[in-house]
This record gives sequence, structure tokens and C-alpha cells, in this order.
Amino acid sequence: MTLYPSSASDRPTDSPFVPQRIFVPTELSLPRRWISFMRTNPLFTVGLFLLSAFVGLAAIGPFFVGDPLRTNITEMFSPPSADHLFGTDEYGRDVFARAVHAARLDLTIGLIIAVVAMTIGSTVGVIAGYFGGRVDEIIMRLTDVLLAFPGFVLALIIVAALDESLLNVVIAVAAAYVPYFIRLTRAQALVEREQEYADAAQLAGNTPIRIAFRHVMPNSLRPALVSATLVTGWAVLTVAGLAFLSVGIQPPQAEWGVMVGEGASDIITGEWWTSLFPGGMIVLAVMAFHFIGDDLTETRA
Amino acid sequence: MRKYLLKRVATSLLTILGIVVVVFFIVRVLPGDAAAVRAGPYANQELIDRIADKYGLNDPLHIQFVDYVGGVAQGDLGISIRTNQNVTTELLDRLPASLELALYSVILATAVGVSLGVLSAHWQNTWIDRLLRIFAVIGSAMALFWLGLLLTFFFAFKWGWFPGPVDRLAVGSEYPRTVTGFYTIDGILTGKPSITVEAFRYLALPVMALAFVLAAPILKMVRSAMIEALESDFVRTAKAVGVPQTRILFVDGFRNALIPITTTIGIVFGFMLGGNILVEFLFSWPGIGRYAFDAITTRDLEALQGFVVLVGVMYVFLNMVIDITYAIIDPRIRLGSGLTK
Repeated sequence: MTLYPSSASDRPTDSPFVPQRIFVPTELSLPRRWISFMRTNPLFTVGLFLLSAFVGLAAIGPFFVGDPLRTNITEMFSPPSADHLFGTDEYGRDVFARAVHAARLDLTIGLIIAVVAMTIGSTVGVIAGYFGGRVDEIIMRLTDVLLAFPGFVLALIIVAALDESLLNVVIAVAAAYVPYFIRLTRAQALVEREQEYADAAQLAGNTPIRIAFRHVMPNSLRPALVSATLVTGWAVLTVAGLAFLSVGIQPPQAEWGVMVGEGASDIITGEWWTSLFPGGMIVLAVMAFHFIGDDLTETRA
Repeated sequence: MRKYLLKRVATSLLTILGIVVVVFFIVRVLPGDAAAVRAGPYANQELIDRIADKYGLNDPLHIQFVDYVGGVAQGDLGISIRTNQNVTTELLDRLPASLELALYSVILATAVGVSLGVLSAHWQNTWIDRLLRIFAVIGSAMALFWLGLLLTFFFAFKWGWFPGPVDRLAVGSEYPRTVTGFYTIDGILTGKPSITVEAFRYLALPVMALAFVLAAPILKMVRSAMIEALESDFVRTAKAVGVPQTRILFVDGFRNALIPITTTIGIVFGFMLGGNILVEFLFSWPGIGRYAFDAITTRDLEALQGFVVLVGVMYVFLNMVIDITYAIIDPRIRLGSGLTK
């Protein structure tokens, strides 16, 4: 008699070790499973397609479009055409080329901010939730204070105090979202530390720090991971908003918020394409993250 | 009740103190020479030293801190470096403009969010519900400054329905005598309804942009709170004894969903108090957000610090008022705190 299954195929299918696909009947073929998944999760699917398009654009787009900084005085403010899909701006720069280069910058920054904020926030959250007591009290008081500012204002004052550079923008916006992740992870850690596996780990002689980070933390990350998609979108929005106010990323850098800020005054004279196109890219990109994130929060969190 | 009140006020004061501490340390302790920043990029060492002396930046940090907290406690947020005026006075002068914008935006967002949320809950899992969900996601993903530009382009420049983004009233027009600071109300109070109409026309575009973004979280919260209320036992009983549909929806459902809905509206309003820098900048709105923007571009950290403290204090105060209102309305809350002592 064997106590443990000797190989993966011996495991009973209802074992907790085998991931269960609740959404998809198993007898369907793979392409059909995909179609059925898309049908039951239309928002997620649309978001995924949009996001893939943006990731593709950010990854290979810059190789196919021209220099985002090249000016051309003979082509100032030419409207959208086959040569210049999004037209040209007041220096004759190609708006499409700039928007594509900006996609790479904005998505990368958004992703880095979300990862940094989640890593710091969930670590602190687990410490607060698992150890409780005075540590928890202090951390949560501080979190309450930080949450009393709108995230945008917090990021704004940190960039203003730190001086403007790309790194400081990342630090400031990440700092604005850390309290959010602390809250989420702490709440889950409070639930997880009462589970039997945590008791078992303690009885097996693990140190509290090891239990907190090796046992409780991996199980407490789910809400934070799900929210990370939403935060990535918000981070892109915040960075672009700051750049629009000319805080943080500065012209002539090809960045969506910078482009909208530079083009905003052109609206009055009728050149709508210099600001509305890059702004539309921001909204589409953030929507991609939010379609996915909204679906995940509804179904998985 | 008195115990609950005292406790709530005490925690609010603590949070406000926390806000002052955090802002103070962000501005003064983070790397970067405050005096050099104030003096500007072209200053020489002598000027930097003079500025450091004048604003007490050479004092030990704890003395600077005690000075600042002492000032804030008396309502003094310091002197603006840009204008040499008292920051508190300058902020209070601009506050009515921001509050008027915030108030109408929240009213419109609430009207839209609540009615769409009720619809969404009533027709749960139908195409209406799905459509409204997409609307909510788009609202939460919307770039406020882009939406503002879009509205300006179409409604102001292309079709000319509303005035362009210049100010609260047309340049050179008559301003109402200040009673409340809200031009829409002051116009009526001082017997000049034409000013009220004009003020509403200038409010229209920024309010629309803000309300679109703010309606999304309200819609979501109303939907989930309504669904929860509609699935409760008392609604099932009401249905069983034959209470009419609309009565169930609005009396049994909506009334019981009111507390989470009010909380969300409170949060949204709090967000509005500080989150409107983008809109005020875009629409040249002379409020505190615009003031904060000017402070940033001129490196006026004292004024920026004052803005953030004011926003934080208003937010904490708002939450306190909401919580106390609940305790008055809902005995479960105040008794709950009484039982645990």
C-alpha cells in the first residue's frame, strides 16, 4: 500500500493537488474550451485582447515607427493622413511615432510601480496581520493617515519634494499605492493565520517569521494579485496625470501625459489630434487593465 | 453616545496630527535642500543661506516641527514663498470655488450613479446590467484630463454650447457680492439671476467630466448593496405578502442599502476635495487645486504643504461627520461601541 501517489497520473482527479477547472467542462476540445471561456468572460477576453495589442505595440512598435523626437518645420500641424496616422504636432513631430514610443514607457512604468507597491505593501501587510498587537496598531494608524490623502495628491507632493526624475516618479506613485496593498493583504493574513495549516506549521516548530512569510504570505496574496491589475492601470493614469501637469516626466519625452499636456492648447486652434489621440491611448490602455481586473475581482477574489 | 462621540473625535484629531507629521516629513526630510529649492535654480549660495535663515530652515528639525504644528493648531499654514501672503487666507479665499465644483459634481454623480445602480440591481444579469458594468469600468479607467479636453473640444469649440475653459464667469462680467462664495447661489441671493445662469454654464463642462468619473464607484456600490438588500429575508417576506414591486425596490431595498451608499458618496466627495487639481488646471478654475498647481510650478512648498494639510483635514472631518450621523441614525453602531466599552 502506498500512502502517497507515486506520480502525478496516480493522483485522484478530485484531489486538491489537481487544479480544478470549474468554468470549463472538461470534455470539450482545447479550442472549444477557449471559446467557451471567452463566452462566459467577455469582459476579461476583451481586456486580454486589448492588453495583448498594447504589449505588442510597446514591444515591437518602436522598431517600425520613426524617431519620436525628429522635428520637421515643413510639416507643422498636418492633420491625420496615411503618412502620419495621428498627424503631426507643433514641431512637425509624428504624433503616432511618439504615441507608440510612449506606450513602451508608460506600460513599463505602470508595471514597475504596481510590482514595487505590491511587494512592499503585501510584506508590511503580512507583518501587520500575522503578528498583530502593537506592530499592527502602529502600521494601521499610519496606513489610515496615508489613505486620508487622495493617491494623486500624495504622489504629487512626494515628486515635488524629491525633484523630478523618472525614478522619483516611480517611487512617489508606488508609495501612494502601498497603503492600499497593506490593507488588502493584512485583511487576508488575519483570516489565514487562523487556518489549521498555520497551527500545523507552528506545531512543527517553525519560527514565527518563517510561518508568516513561507506559509501565511503566499496564501494571503490573492486579493493583492487580483488588485494589481487595477493598480497597474491606475498607475499609468497617475503617471500620465502628473506628466500632464508637467510634474515628473518632462517634455520632450515621448510620454502620453506629456503629449496631452503639450497638445492641450492646440485644441483651441482646432488641432485636436495632438492631444486627443495620445489621451485616447491612455484610456484604452487603462481600460484593458480594468476589464481584466474587474472580471478578476468579481469572480476570483 | 457621548462616549462614542468622544472616541470618534479623538481618533480624528490623532489622524489629523498624523497627516501634519507625514506632510511635514515628506516636505522637509526627503533628500533635497529645501532652501535651495525655494531659492530657485539660479540662486547663489548667499541667497540660499539667507532664505534658510529667514524661514528657520537652519533650526534643528524638532524645533521646526514644533513651530509648524503650533501654527497649524492655530490655523496658520505658513507664508507662501510665491505671493508672500498667508497660506491659510489664500486657501480659504479659493475654497468656495472648489467646493461649488465638488458639490455639483457629487450631486450629478450621485443622481446618475444611484439611478443606474438601482436599474442594474433590478435587472441583475441581463444585458442592461452588463452594459452598465462596462460603463462603470470605463468610468473607473477614464483619464479625467482627457475627458475634459474631449468635452471642451466638442461642446465648447466645435458646437459652442458651453463657454470655453477660462474661469468661473466670463472675463469682465459682473461678479456677485460674496455671501456664500457659491456664484450660483449668490446670484439668486443678491437678486441677479443672470449671474446664476452664467455660473451654471461655466460649471457645466468640468462638472460633467468629474461626474462621469465619480458615478462609476457609486453605481458599483449601489448595485451590490441593493442586491444584498433585495436578497434579504425581509424582502422575501414582503414579496410573499404581496407588497408591490416598486415599493420593495425603493422602500425595502433602497432604504436598507443607504448606509453603504452614503459611505461611498462620502469617499467620493473626499476624493473630490483634493482630486480636482487636474480639472481645475484644465478649466482654469480658480480653486484650491489650481492654487496647488501654481505652488508646484513655482516650487512653493509651503503653499503645497498647506494645501495637502487642508485636504487631509477636510477629508478626516467629513468621515467623522458621516460616522457620527450613522450613530445617530442607526442604534446598532452606537450601541455596538457602547457594549465593548
